[in-house]
Amino acid sequence: MKMNNLTLKENEVLVKVEGLSKKFCIDLKTSLWYGVKDLWANIAGNKAIRHLRPKEFWAVKDISFTLRRGECLGLIGHNGAGKSTLLKILNGLIKPDQGKVTIRGRVGALIELGAGFNPILSGRENIYNNGAVLGFTKAEIDDKIEDIIEFSEIREFIDMPVQNYSSGMKVRLGFAIAAQMEPDVLIIDEVLAVGDLGFVLKCFKTIDVILPKTAIIFVSHSMPMVSRICSKIILMEKGREKYNGYDVGKAIDIYYKRFTINKSNVIFDDGSLELIEVKMVDIPTNIEIKEINWGDDLKLFFKFNVFKNVSEFLFRVIFYDKEQRPIAIIEKNIDCGISNDNGIEIFLTHENIEMSKGIYSISIALFRNVNEPFYRSNNVLNFQILHKDDVWPPFLLKSQYKLKKFN
Amino acid sequence: MDSKIYQKESNTNLSKLLKTSLSDIYNSRFLSKQLAVRDIKAQYRQSYLGFLWAFIMPLTTAFVWIFLNKSGVIKLTDTGIPYPVYAFSGTLLWSILIESINTPTSSTNNARSIMTKINFPKEALIISGIYKMCFNSFIKIGLLLVFLGVFGVGYHKTIFLFPFALLGVVVFGITIGLFLTPIGMLYKDIAKIITLSFSFIMYATPVVYAVPKTGIMKTIMELNPLTPLIVTTRDLVVGQTPEYLTYYFCIIGACIPLMFVALLFYRISIPVIVERMNA
Repeated sequence: MKMNNLTLKENEVLVKVEGLSKKFCIDLKTSLWYGVKDLWANIAGNKAIRHLRPKEFWAVKDISFTLRRGECLGLIGHNGAGKSTLLKILNGLIKPDQGKVTIRGRVGALIELGAGFNPILSGRENIYNNGAVLGFTKAEIDDKIEDIIEFSEIREFIDMPVQNYSSGMKVRLGFAIAAQMEPDVLIIDEVLAVGDLGFVLKCFKTIDVILPKTAIIFVSHSMPMVSRICSKIILMEKGREKYNGYDVGKAIDIYYKRFTINKSNVIFDDGSLELIEVKMVDIPTNIEIKEINWGDDLKLFFKFNVFKNVSEFLFRVIFYDKEQRPIAIIEKNIDCGISNDNGIEIFLTHENIEMSKGIYSISIALFRNVNEPFYRSNNVLNFQILHKDDVWPPFLLKSQYKLKKFN
Repeated sequence: MDSKIYQKESNTNLSKLLKTSLSDIYNSRFLSKQLAVRDIKAQYRQSYLGFLWAFIMPLTTAFVWIFLNKSGVIKLTDTGIPYPVYAFSGTLLWSILIESINTPTSSTNNARSIMTKINFPKEALIISGIYKMCFNSFIKIGLLLVFLGVFGVGYHKTIFLFPFALLGVVVFGITIGLFLTPIGMLYKDIAKIITLSFSFIMYATPVVYAVPKTGIMKTIMELNPLTPLIVTTRDLVVGQTPEYLTYYFCIIGACIPLMFVALLFYRISIPVIVERMNA
């Protein structure tokens, strides 16, 4: 860690953001009129302190950070949190209302791929158009055009009008051009979401290559991507920073917590029974997200009201991670019957849980006659696994190592 | 490594601002050329009549006036040269003037989507607009030169001064256009007001008829700053002694410094506009 800090210090600060704020107007007519006023104020030099005028709100408020070469800052937050506005300021497209941004070196922005494309011109012609917008000279493009076509993998369509390209092909071509930039600071906004898997992997490979030489600011809603490439993170909420620091995992947990509040929902029910209680044994029920340590036993308790006789049934408990991927399922129960005048309680224990740090949710499903479902409820319980290490894969497997030396 | 600072306060050091603006124009010369080539290519690739559209508007206006004059519906004062040449050169110069006024706004408007996403020298938009306009104007001027021969006006030495006079017209138009662009980007009314008012101003300018010898119209037309621009340029191309030459130089003399002021106004206004505009 000490070693790490030392190398960081040697790297120069490329982006310095101090108390950045930006306000927006809710109403269009008012906004345009403020625009006229701002034009005049702008000529006078904008010396006066800005306050909120009627119908205005802070879209970005008091954001500060510094970013060095080799670091990648993840910018996460819900829709409308102010991420894109912040990026526009960093890219110099709009001016802040308070605070200051200092950026050193060449800035590249992957906010929109293929800017400047004209749909009726061919892919080859549009490489020049987009390249020019990105600041390349003609000689540079002449030099790189073969690499660009090669990288985009659409050589056979390169002389076809871009209007006949699929959106994925346009993005491929756009990224292939942008990948030729050699920026000191790179701003990426959710552009990699389009394109097939092979392309996304290729993009990441490119980013990995340029990362050591570059300071990257990365906006994404895809937490696997964020946790994969970011070394620093800012979680924004309503324009303000809710978390700002190096603990990427922690920020992602806070981000996900907002989604876990939603209630459980019964998605299939034939009236045979009803889930009336679910809890983790030994943990108070009033806590919204139950916490257990990695390696502890997971003890679950389910209580059902039974209305109709069900001779035998299969009970399934499925675990989902925060991306709503199913990641584990509990072994099936011993077949047992239910009589219709009783309720039923199920105690279930899974020893030494090895799921990695993070938030998980549980869904249950009941089947009869092997595969005929008769009750299913999603998100009946949320819990969090605690561990000191933050890893992205859903399981952290307990292991023993033996070292043996050989000659 | 160069460093950029973005903050609320704008730079009011005029000479420094002008220097960065001009160096941006120089450095983005490939971009401006590329944008112009892109638009011209796209325009002609999607059209069969192609070049015809460049001069069809001034030509039809000229035809209408030639018809009105020939049929005797309207009696016009003598123009000194064959009327068709007078009318066509007038409508042609007028169309170039209007195009120069509209160019800054339309180029900026067409680049809305990239302006909200990519940071590039916005001056390149203006320069590419000028390129496009020059391209269209060359076609029109070619036709005018043909007319000069056909109608027996002939080619005079003063024709070599014509490009410079025309440049003055363009500078005048671009200057007005640059001042109007920031407001015009906010409110659509501006473009409509421009179209409307210039369709009236045309009749107060010697475009399709000469300045009358007497009357209120003579006073208005001689005060109109567009009169020397149109008249001087036309006089040079047809080989007449330029009237209103002093007034012409006064206008251009005022326009050149104003154009730089307009350029700076445009430059510092862009972030304010981008913020208010839909992409």
